[in-house]
Amino acid sequence: MKIIACIKQVPDSEAKVKAEGGQVSWGDAPLVINPFDEYAVEGALQQKEAIGGTVTALCVGPESARDALKHALAMGADEAILVSDPALENLDTVGAARILAAAIQKIGGAEMIIFGRQTLDNGAGLTPAQTARILKMPMLGLAGSIKVEGGSVTVDRVIEEGRQTVSANLPAVLSVVQSIGEPRYPSFMGIRKASKANIPVWSLGDLGVSAPAPVVTRSELINPPVQETTTEIISGETPEAIAEILADKILAEKVL
Amino acid sequence: MKTFVYIDHFKGEIQPASWEALGLAKSLGSASAIVFGSGVDAVVKAAFEFGAEEVLVADDAALADYRAEVYASTLSALASSLNPNLILFPTTARTRELAAMSAVDLETGVLTDISDLDSSLVATRPIYEGKLLEKTACAGKIVLATIRARAFPKPAQNPGAAGSITKVEVKADALSEVKGYAAAESAVNLGDASVIVSGGRGVSNNPALGLDELATAQKGFELIGELASLLGGAVGASRAAVDGGYITYAHQVGQTGKVVSPDLYIACGISGAIQHYVGMRNAKLVVAINKDADAPIFKQARYGALGDLFAIVPALTAALKKKLGK
Ligand SMILES: Cc1cc2nc3c(=O)[nH]c(=O)nc-3n(C[C@H](O)[C@H](O)[C@H](O)COP(=O)(O)OP(=O)(O)OC[C@H]3O[C@@H](n4cnc5c(N)ncnc54)[C@H](O)[C@@H]3O)c2cc1C
Ligand SMILES: Nc1ncnc2c1ncn2[C@@H]1O[C@H](COP(=O)(O)O)[C@@H](O)[C@H]1O
Repeated sequence: MKIIACIKQVPDSEAKVKAEGGQVSWGDAPLVINPFDEYAVEGALQQKEAIGGTVTALCVGPESARDALKHALAMGADEAILVSDPALENLDTVGAARILAAAIQKIGGAEMIIFGRQTLDNGAGLTPAQTARILKMPMLGLAGSIKVEGGSVTVDRVIEEGRQTVSANLPAVLSVVQSIGEPRYPSFMGIRKASKANIPVWSLGDLGVSAPAPVVTRSELINPPVQETTTEIISGETPEAIAEILADKILAEKVL
Repeated sequence: MKTFVYIDHFKGEIQPASWEALGLAKSLGSASAIVFGSGVDAVVKAAFEFGAEEVLVADDAALADYRAEVYASTLSALASSLNPNLILFPTTARTRELAAMSAVDLETGVLTDISDLDSSLVATRPIYEGKLLEKTACAGKIVLATIRARAFPKPAQNPGAAGSITKVEVKADALSEVKGYAAAESAVNLGDASVIVSGGRGVSNNPALGLDELATAQKGFELIGELASLLGGAVGASRAAVDGGYITYAHQVGQTGKVVSPDLYIACGISGAIQHYVGMRNAKLVVAINKDADAPIFKQARYGALGDLFAIVPALTAALKKKLGK
């Protein structure tokens, strides 16, 4: 079975992100594989182990995004492909979905295309369903577990109301959540293999498509107002005494 | 402005932020509600009571279970025939998918999780886990936007209100099949909760009970649940608590869980890691209960109680119960 895991590169979640001169700045924080997409790679590797096949990590991004792909290779992906082109700087999610769909077609399709739940930078959570729509494939979103049987896939979808079991015929697009299982650490062998790997870079010309014009655009970046919290530590002789004062403080705030 | 508002419900259980979206739509001009499902009379009735002038209804057995493709095709066909300027949704797992797909069909885009929208349809939304905000707009002919729960005022309910019902044609091109629902893990609606009491790894730390880790954690979450239910709130959790198997993922607050904005957030036995903080930083009032005076959560909280949650949580429940006269 051929599986594609779509991953993006983002600033580390520990980074102090600020707006500076109309640009996003994350100082010298490292760029990493989008943490949600580590679950996508993990989910893909689990399926490869269960039923055999190959895992291809696919990323649309700048040259630096090679490192995110190398992480996926080190985890155990068989190959990685980077789609990179100066004309792709301001993609919105539909644009990213169109480029991913074109790349997936160039790869020759796959039985399963697995996404993360959302990106850490944009946080839209739209790209997986948009890619599915463009490819006219079924979308099984927010899978907490995946089971392939014959020509179909069944997932346990984790939604606000609990878990829902949904099936579709392959090929299908999936997105996964944390319940899929902790992403494995890259092995020593994996890291060695990844460092030597040859990651092809495809341009728009290679895909035979032009840069999609963004429909969703940003007009302003804002640093959120700093919430100046002065913390008041409640002390008391006993837990009851502390609770008594704390209860009064909470009630005085009139939030209940 | 002509706005459609998608009323998101799960088997008739309506996401309250749907009404907040309806209120926002009315403040911008005319507002029609969209209700899809099977046997949805009660949802339609509620839509009128919360202010819809018209309800566009697709009530059909093919829509009994939410399925992204059928719902999206029905929505896209409806939108392209009636041409609203704007379609609003509450932000949920379903609507992110639905709006995403319809945006492809309608050659437009989606503004997700917005907390503000001005009359020229410029929206404000969080990026980089809420560390930044952006103003953003959609150049499509029909703008799609999902609103963050509790960011816009909820309109008053006007019992008995009615209006016109327009039937919507169903486009049944399902690509997936809903096989069933696991016995509901009890619906957890953190996004809409006005009070959240959360537990972290600390809920499993009470050697005095002489129980193993999981049983201790169960006891800890029982105490947290009692406080939450007294305050009409929901139970949240840190990732460490979820990873430890103390409670299910649906309860997780933070970067890989839910972003919440309650009036009151009480963090019990949670250290306050950045990935947790980004999920609860929008709370109006944060209270922390922790044994460690140096825990970062104390810098994020307005009030801190230094001590064992197993002693302080039940004492706080008792004190509030008395003071609230419950
Ligand atoms: C990519 C990524 C994504 C992540 N996403 C999330 C997320 O969505 N949500 C999230 O929460 N975390 C997330 N994390 C994990 C996060 O970094 C922390 O590891 C996690 O939040 C810690 O949980 P905790 O505070 O419960 O546990 P700990 O950090 O272990 O803290 C436990 C606290 O309990 C206190 N304590 C112990 N016993 C008691 C007692 N009896 N009474 C009172 N206090 C007590 C301790 O003093 C300590 O402060 C993520 C991490 C990464 C790398
Ligand atoms: N540039 C990209 N390259 C590869 N995959 C992407 C890219 N952007 C988004 N994705 C995938 O789509 C998911 C959702 O992204 P988003 O809609 O931006 O929140 C991510 O978790 C990735 O799996």
